[in-house]
Amino acid sequence: MTTEVLTEDLSEHNQHHKMTGIKRWLYTTNHKDIGTLYLWFSFIMFLTGGALAMIIRMELFQPGLQIVEPDFFNQLTTVHGLIMVFGAIMPAFTGLANWMLPMMIGAPDMALPRLNNWSFWILPFAFAILIGSFFMESGAPNFGWTFYAPLSTTYSNGSTAFFVFAVHIMGISSIMGAINIVVTIMNLRAPGMTYMKMPLFVWTFFITAYLLIAVMPVLAGVVTMVLTDTYFGTSFFNAAGGGDPVMFQHIFWFFGHPEVYIMILPAFGIVSTTIPTFARKKLFGYSSMVYATASIALLSFIVWAHHMFTTGMPLFGELFFMYCTMLIAVPTGVKVFNWMATMWRGSMTFETPMLFSIAFVILFTIGGFSGLMLALTPVDFQYHDTYFVVAHFHYVLVTGSLFSIYAGAYYWLPKWTGHMYNDVLSKWHFWCSLISVNLLFFPMHFLGLAGMPRRIPDYALQFADFNKWISIGGFAFGLSQLIFLVVVIKCIKGGEKAPAKPWEGAEGLEWTVPSPAPYHTFSTPPKID
Amino acid sequence: MKRRNLGWLSLGSLLSYSAWADMPLNLTQGATEVSRNVYDLHMLVLYICTGIGIIVFGIMFWSMIFHRKSKGAKSASFHESTKIEILWTAIPIVILIAMAVPATSTLIEMEDNSNADVTIQITGSQWKWHYKYFDQGIEYYSVLSTPREQYENHQSNSAIKNEHYLLEVDKPLVIPANKKVRFLMTSDDVIHSWWVPAFAVKQDANPGFINEAWTKVDQPGIYRGQCAELCGKDHGFMPIVVEVKSEADYQNWLIEQQQLIAQSAEAEKASLNSSLAMDELMQLGEQVYLANCAACHQPTGLGLPPAFPALKNSPVATGDINEHIITVFNGRVGTGMQGYGKQLTLKEIAAVVTYERNAWGNNTGDSVQPADVNAAVAK
Repeated sequence: MTTEVLTEDLSEHNQHHKMTGIKRWLYTTNHKDIGTLYLWFSFIMFLTGGALAMIIRMELFQPGLQIVEPDFFNQLTTVHGLIMVFGAIMPAFTGLANWMLPMMIGAPDMALPRLNNWSFWILPFAFAILIGSFFMESGAPNFGWTFYAPLSTTYSNGSTAFFVFAVHIMGISSIMGAINIVVTIMNLRAPGMTYMKMPLFVWTFFITAYLLIAVMPVLAGVVTMVLTDTYFGTSFFNAAGGGDPVMFQHIFWFFGHPEVYIMILPAFGIVSTTIPTFARKKLFGYSSMVYATASIALLSFIVWAHHMFTTGMPLFGELFFMYCTMLIAVPTGVKVFNWMATMWRGSMTFETPMLFSIAFVILFTIGGFSGLMLALTPVDFQYHDTYFVVAHFHYVLVTGSLFSIYAGAYYWLPKWTGHMYNDVLSKWHFWCSLISVNLLFFPMHFLGLAGMPRRIPDYALQFADFNKWISIGGFAFGLSQLIFLVVVIKCIKGGEKAPAKPWEGAEGLEWTVPSPAPYHTFSTPPKID
Repeated sequence: MKRRNLGWLSLGSLLSYSAWADMPLNLTQGATEVSRNVYDLHMLVLYICTGIGIIVFGIMFWSMIFHRKSKGAKSASFHESTKIEILWTAIPIVILIAMAVPATSTLIEMEDNSNADVTIQITGSQWKWHYKYFDQGIEYYSVLSTPREQYENHQSNSAIKNEHYLLEVDKPLVIPANKKVRFLMTSDDVIHSWWVPAFAVKQDANPGFINEAWTKVDQPGIYRGQCAELCGKDHGFMPIVVEVKSEADYQNWLIEQQQLIAQSAEAEKASLNSSLAMDELMQLGEQVYLANCAACHQPTGLGLPPAFPALKNSPVATGDINEHIITVFNGRVGTGMQGYGKQLTLKEIAAVVTYERNAWGNNTGDSVQPADVNAAVAK
């Protein structure tokens, strides 16, 4: 892909539009500003959700109830899950999309800038409601982030309404963000950029946005049903009124499973950008990557009940969902093999984004293996709702999604700030995170196999030693993330000046604009052959 | 070489203090044919995944070590190969089929609930299990027996914990060995999940619906498990203990239980004519309260509002006696308040109501007799 560099000086133009102070951020319709807002918001939420996890790990440090009451423990696990899923991972990806998509496809901005502003600015309200419920008489939601009925309806602690409205606002935000991404990609690509010439990063966000548009309304539906069951006397999930509590799980997981891929497909896009850069070799099997992403997205709609094998499904249902789930291993395998082949006979260097990307590929694959094990119904009966599952989804979400976000953040920080990040500190961040995250999550596999259920505030004595190690790993991992905060602040404030293209092997339109990227880029579209 | 072994040995001894010996690292093989099949399947997939992992990660580490720029590696230019891409799509499919075959046969076996010798209904309710033997007239609740002071460590250092801390109950489920035992699971309130790893049985107990599972245990013994589905505050405190007895012992146990039931029915009848002193009622009442009510309403009577209201100065505990009795006996529909009519004797209900009306400064001075309870609920 060759491009013509835009040389027109935009600095005068910039002064014109920029407001100052808080107004700039409140009224902004600029994709870069909104991307920055999303990224900061998600990092704050990540630290908040992490703080809750620290309390959880303190309580679980040794057997017995030391710090919190069981009911508050349930509030902690619930809100930790909700914040990390909807507040940390998803907005971080939306932030990356906002910053990078227009620059990658040669567009001046997102297609719907005002919608963009709104989809960000309703998010803080959603999380204010959610976190604020900790300080209300009812307490925060305590029924798990999966809010199974009737625990979240008839037997709820009174926090259901706050929970439902918070989720509604998050959902609206996600849907608007997703529509914006689809419209932008379909309409604003630079002339000559056909679909199969788009960077894989763009493809994964394109497909993810469709998943969001398809399933967020389902989530909105199910929380509304929970709301009316709780407060308006309906009986969707109440057997006494002719409803079915298992139907809740079907609807929830019809949203929930695609949601899992919403949080991992963009990660595939990020490492498919970084690995070729630092291996100095083109991505292996570009088109098979696109097809694999699309097939994972399609399969995600027909595997939801593998979360529900113990609910009492008929044998045929169990077999169907087991086979479909196993099938997902095929396109996922293709992706891992492609990354492997991209590295093979490359000319590799190991800058921090590459370190996070390689850690992503290996540790995500471990999460994939445990996913395959969980797919098999007979063994799932043993693994289900144990720490084995907790280990599995933290491997795919922390060492998967989160590590890919770090890879992306380090990769594009020079473009965002105009400075190189502090290399030594960033490597400390990586190695501390890598070691502590495995101390944190790997022993959870053993705990689960040995029979420790998830979501319990206290446990039998034979689980004590591993829990202690896990807690230590947890505290170390939590502290390591503060290094990242320091790196970012230092990078914004100063540091070595970054060239337009700081990475030797990087490709893509974003590297044709100067660093830091000017406030407006590609006011005239670049030409692509 | 020797020195290195010594190093590993000392590292090993560091890690191998007593608790590690009890700490299992792997899935249990269990005590049934099904659980062994499940274990074999688990090991099969684990080995396959490990094998694939070694190959894939091996290739990656090979490239990381040898194909690095600092070693002068020049990058190749290939970026696709239809042949190899078809190959690495097809091979995984073959491996998956190899896994699906034993998985399917094990699953079909697990789901065959026919021809059971014994059928037991298991009902979960907030934080206890209820077992009911079909055609035997035997039913009872099974509740955590670890004393509170062992797990509530907020203030001071705790009491020494039992060996089976949090995995022990007052009355275990008793089943015969070498018989096909069918479980029918349901729930009185939220979703629970009955899980005993040694049987490879984990089945959700859904309110308003009945699920089936079965087991056939080879060896008499005691097997422990826990509720596996988040069911509220004390989800971590509703263990399962199953005592598997030989056929003869099981039959004896059944007879013994039926005698006990007959005796307690007698006692129940006798209690209607008895009149208990206030002291006696308060003493028994406190015991019953701590065992059954304190988890929600708290030993202080202050509850955990708003889900679990305070009893101290509450309109129910200081108001109409009959309404108080009926609330305890039948529970409150749509709240966490269960009906205790099935769980407690008339005498116990009389005592606990008396206790609640006089403890924590409620001081109504009311004393309730078993006959009062009987009269109140008969209306």
